[in-house]
Amino acid sequence: MRRSSSIKKIFMLAVCIVLLVISLLPFAIMLVNSTRSTTQIQQHAVSLIPSSYLMKNLAVLLGKSFNPAVGFFNSAIISIGTTALATYFSTMTAYALVVYEWKARDGFFKFILAIMMIPAQITMIGFYQMVYKVHMTNHLSMLILPAIASPAMVFFMRQYMVGALSLEIVQSARIDGAKELFIFNKIALPIMKPAIATQAIFTFVSSWNNLFTPLVLLTDQKKYTLPIMISLLRGDIYKTEYGAVYLGLALTALPLIVVYFLLSRYIIAGVALGSVKG
Amino acid sequence: MKRLKKKNNFSYAKYGYLFSLPFVITYIIFSLYPTLYTALIGFTDLKGIGKTDFHFLWNDPFQNFRTVLLSPTFQTAFKNTVVLWISNFIPQMALALLLAAWFTDRRTKIPGTGIFKVIFYMPNIITAATVAILFNALFGYPMGPVNDLLVRFGILKEPFNFLIKKGSAQGIVIFIQTWMWYGYTMIVLISGILGISPDIFEAAEVDGANGWQIFWKITLPNIKTILLFTLVTSLIGGLNMFDIPKLFLLGGPDNATMTTSVFIYNQAFSGAYLYNRAAAASMIMFVIIVSASALLFWLMRDKDEEALKKLKKKQMKAVKKEKEVAQYETQLIH
Repeated sequence: MRRSSSIKKIFMLAVCIVLLVISLLPFAIMLVNSTRSTTQIQQHAVSLIPSSYLMKNLAVLLGKSFNPAVGFFNSAIISIGTTALATYFSTMTAYALVVYEWKARDGFFKFILAIMMIPAQITMIGFYQMVYKVHMTNHLSMLILPAIASPAMVFFMRQYMVGALSLEIVQSARIDGAKELFIFNKIALPIMKPAIATQAIFTFVSSWNNLFTPLVLLTDQKKYTLPIMISLLRGDIYKTEYGAVYLGLALTALPLIVVYFLLSRYIIAGVALGSVKG
Repeated sequence: MKRLKKKNNFSYAKYGYLFSLPFVITYIIFSLYPTLYTALIGFTDLKGIGKTDFHFLWNDPFQNFRTVLLSPTFQTAFKNTVVLWISNFIPQMALALLLAAWFTDRRTKIPGTGIFKVIFYMPNIITAATVAILFNALFGYPMGPVNDLLVRFGILKEPFNFLIKKGSAQGIVIFIQTWMWYGYTMIVLISGILGISPDIFEAAEVDGANGWQIFWKITLPNIKTILLFTLVTSLIGGLNMFDIPKLFLLGGPDNATMTTSVFIYNQAFSGAYLYNRAAAASMIMFVIIVSASALLFWLMRDKDEEALKKLKKKQMKAVKKEKEVAQYETQLIH
């Protein structure tokens, strides 16, 4: 009995270690190759030893249309804006659903449940035509403002708020003469902090990684987001510049990897929480 | 006093409307209107770069829908989307279930589960665009890293061009999708399993159930809702698959990795800028996604609960009948 269980344990560990290697290897190859010259990569594409061509690769990379700084800047504006608007207004909508009694409330909640699963991508043609008509393509605001209406997040916030916010606190603040918006900002929002933090991480990441919408709306190189910048690495101009391509990929992946390891505990807990509540 | 309270309640109701107003306005402008507009464009002749004016196809309103449905490229794209989704979902789910069962096993504890969870989930947060181009480089021919390894370890005699063969190109897309998503699914399932009351597991152990039996008879039935949740979210994501197929091989070779989203994008934003066809294709996908998720919810509905409801109805009927019979009898007697 004991022996069979330790054999089982070794087998499990072995499988996990194989998966670990498969998860990490592509990134390891990417990081090492970003320091190697194209000739070195062509001779042996896999090496564990970094070389000294990092700066040369960087020069080649930046010498062409790839401009990670612009991509970073635009992606940061969009992701921060999206995250701030989505979390604030979703919490506010959830507050309306939990705290107040109004006639259309139940109908509104059912409506949110119904539209929650509809992917934005599917209505992109109408969205593009609408934005184009009012000459707002290449405006980053068109990628940020829609975040005010995030049905799935409203649902999550509502489920969380029902358990976390007691109506008595709201009531006593009213007796103290506080205005409704003040109560929301100063009492409800702080109570919702854990839920907001979880949702903020995922909204930020998915906005940062979004390719489809920016690709449709942004045609001006100065407005390109990071994923569009990355897609330029696929172009013919980098076809033979292996080292530079690996470096470009590494530059876009490395910040995410670092932030991920710093926040991994919260992110993993957030995934689990999201699924249970959802 | 009572009156005062009522008055207060009345004045608060308006805040419910006020606080949900930003959501409603934004939703109408940025979601509802574009949805209706997309549906509308599907019935028009709107095409050509930068065009916004259109005419309805009064003679043959469903022309775009028919053209799309009969187009061999759309059919291929749809078939690919379904094949790519199913063949990444099954291994992803199997792997996630296995790992979730292992990581929550009460008898055999694996060391380092924390690190494994963190690493397995990591590919999911990396930009899909980066991942797609990275794999394009990894499978490069003749001297990409994968070919380098396969030749060096003697598995292949000479480099294989993975990127121009239909089967291997699809296989790599399936691999990337599985690789990016099994960690996420695993964490979701683990949280589901941890939510099951430990008493049930203890009772099963006392009754002498083995690990296999516990998994099939207790763990799986108890995480049914979470399985449905992952199934539906994965289905919707899968039917919208865009970043990886678009950037890995631009839908090729020979449309082998062309998905419906890539088809829609290519129709609307390249070549002849056929907004109307793309809109028709979008609406077809919209209907498919909504009906597929509705079907899943219906299939996975709580059958026990429904059976209970039916039983109750039957009992009520029986009681009613009995009552009627009794009444009839009493009437007869009198």
